[in-house]
Amino acid sequence: MSLLQLSDIRVSYGKAEVLHGVDLAMAEGRIVTVIGANGAGKTTLLNAAMGVVPSSGTILYRGKPVPPSVEGRVAAGMCLVSEKRELFGSMSVEDNMELGGFLRSASERAEARADLYDRFPRLKERRKQLAGTLSGGERQMLALARALMSRPKLLLLDEPSLGLAPKIVAEILGIVAELRSTGVSILLVEQNARAALEIADEAHLMELGEIRRSGSTDEMAADPAVVEAYLGGG
Amino acid sequence: MEFTILAFLVQDGVTNGAIYALLGLALVLVFAVTRVIFIPQGEFVAYGALTLAFLDVGRMPGTAMLLVVFGIAAFLFDLVETRLRPGLPALARSAAINLVLPFAIYTAALFIVPTEPNAFVKALLTIVIVAPMGLYVYRIAYRPLSDATVLVLLITSVGVHLAMMGLGLAFFGAEGFRARPLTAGSFSVGFMPVAAQAVWIYGVTIAAMVGLYFFFEKTLLGKALRATAVNRLGARLVGVRTQLTGGTAFVLAATIGAVSGVLIAPITTVYYDTGFLIGLKGFVAAIIAGLSSFPVTALAAIGVGLVEALASFYASNFKEIIVFTLIIPVLIWRSLTTDHHEDD
Ligand SMILES: Nc1ncnc2c1ncn2[C@@H]1O[C@H](COP(=O)(O)OP(=O)(O)OP(=O)(O)O)[C@@H](O)[C@H]1O
Ligand SMILES: [Mg+2]
Repeated sequence: MSLLQLSDIRVSYGKAEVLHGVDLAMAEGRIVTVIGANGAGKTTLLNAAMGVVPSSGTILYRGKPVPPSVEGRVAAGMCLVSEKRELFGSMSVEDNMELGGFLRSASERAEARADLYDRFPRLKERRKQLAGTLSGGERQMLALARALMSRPKLLLLDEPSLGLAPKIVAEILGIVAELRSTGVSILLVEQNARAALEIADEAHLMELGEIRRSGSTDEMAADPAVVEAYLGGG
Repeated sequence: MEFTILAFLVQDGVTNGAIYALLGLALVLVFAVTRVIFIPQGEFVAYGALTLAFLDVGRMPGTAMLLVVFGIAAFLFDLVETRLRPGLPALARSAAINLVLPFAIYTAALFIVPTEPNAFVKALLTIVIVAPMGLYVYRIAYRPLSDATVLVLLITSVGVHLAMMGLGLAFFGAEGFRARPLTAGSFSVGFMPVAAQAVWIYGVTIAAMVGLYFFFEKTLLGKALRATAVNRLGARLVGVRTQLTGGTAFVLAATIGAVSGVLIAPITTVYYDTGFLIGLKGFVAAIIAGLSSFPVTALAAIGVGLVEALASFYASNFKEIIVFTLIIPVLIWRSLTTDHHEDD
């Protein structure tokens, strides 16, 4: 049984259809990446999976139809780190983290917070700072940490490395890779195809609102079309 | 002007200002969390005051029955909605909140009213009767519109205001009532007598503000309300349901309205439509604060109370006009100093 199964997902903004029937299934415990050019529809796909944008088609989560609302999907164990991060800018880092664990008990929250402060010492240092005043990299960390506060089973990650220095990209993706060992499954959208293919198990190539190629990361990394367009030639 | 007169006017202004502050806070709260400009806030004040006045004379207040009616309507809304996606636990929950709760309150009132309870029990019963109405009003009028624009929500508010005022007339009649003070009498500060009721008003206003501060700063639910105000999508992405924060905001607003009603009932005669004018003055304060800052709203409300008191002395025929005209320079100043950004 797939953890997440998307079938014939279509999304339109106004009259323009931007996802033309996407099928994608991922098994539990995997890191699956979706790569593709700007405007291919990757963000739209994650937003549709989370219920942030309305879509047609079927979404099964753990074999059952997914709850209709965003909040219901969070309660079921899904969590989206959106491309825009959607942090609470005028609230402190710590409050952002607390709210990440909104559906958890106080003790679960305390435990998750201690654990995440260990993993992100920079957030611990800045826990009283307002989220809106963090640097770009710190914001990404906070977005990821806030999502992990909910102890998700399925993490939908939209470009966690967006606009970051190479060293921090490696750091963040390293953390993502580690998450698998804690039982979190990850659907990762990345502009940085090379880095994404390194940590993922499977990859899908998206173009113009359709999935054009799918396979294991090794197959995909060897695929001439992928190499040509996304890995900067041979 | 004689100093004593001035002192009385100031006392009067601060007392009314404290009430406007409470109402202004409720308006800011509801707007920040739900984007609803809550014109019917004043109706809760009238309901609270009239409920207390009826309890004072040992009569069953119409609001108790009205609460049951609201609850049934809210239940029907839930029923229609869940028919699309049936689920027994959801229905049982809805029945508990919308049917059992108001009926239990009604029954409790039925038993308590004839026992001639003391002033505090009556005040508490008033609040218990009026506060849940906030939840039902939200459920019936606003929740189905959670994605609507501010303008549509505003039009809805006008409708809800008229409906609630009409219900007030139906359940309480056109006669005005005044309640007995929580504690009678007065004492003097220096040369000036201060009514015990005024002290209650100051105390409760301050306590409500401190309480709200702790709620928003220290509790997870309070933080969830702030989070919703700051970033609605962000709040949903961490699992904060819009219905939860919306319902909480409206219950708080109704509670604040009921408390204000209890506080003013002994100092003014309240009619079914009195709440509107009182609510509007809280609204003036909230607008001056840009519907955003709690402390500025409270200060502005005291200012509104003072202007009103002075105006009622110098130009009593124009006192309402003078108070509402306060908005104009503030709006002009705001439109000159803030950058224009699209609604929402
Ligand atoms: N709210 C919207 N209204 C109209 N069109 C939109 C909206 N959001 C996205 N689009 C369009 O849908 C298409 C897919 O956008 P999407 O954000 O999903 O792409 P993406 O693959 O995530 O791109 P990127 O790599 O740049 O993030 C684009 O052509 C975009 O212009
Ligand atoms: Mg994108």
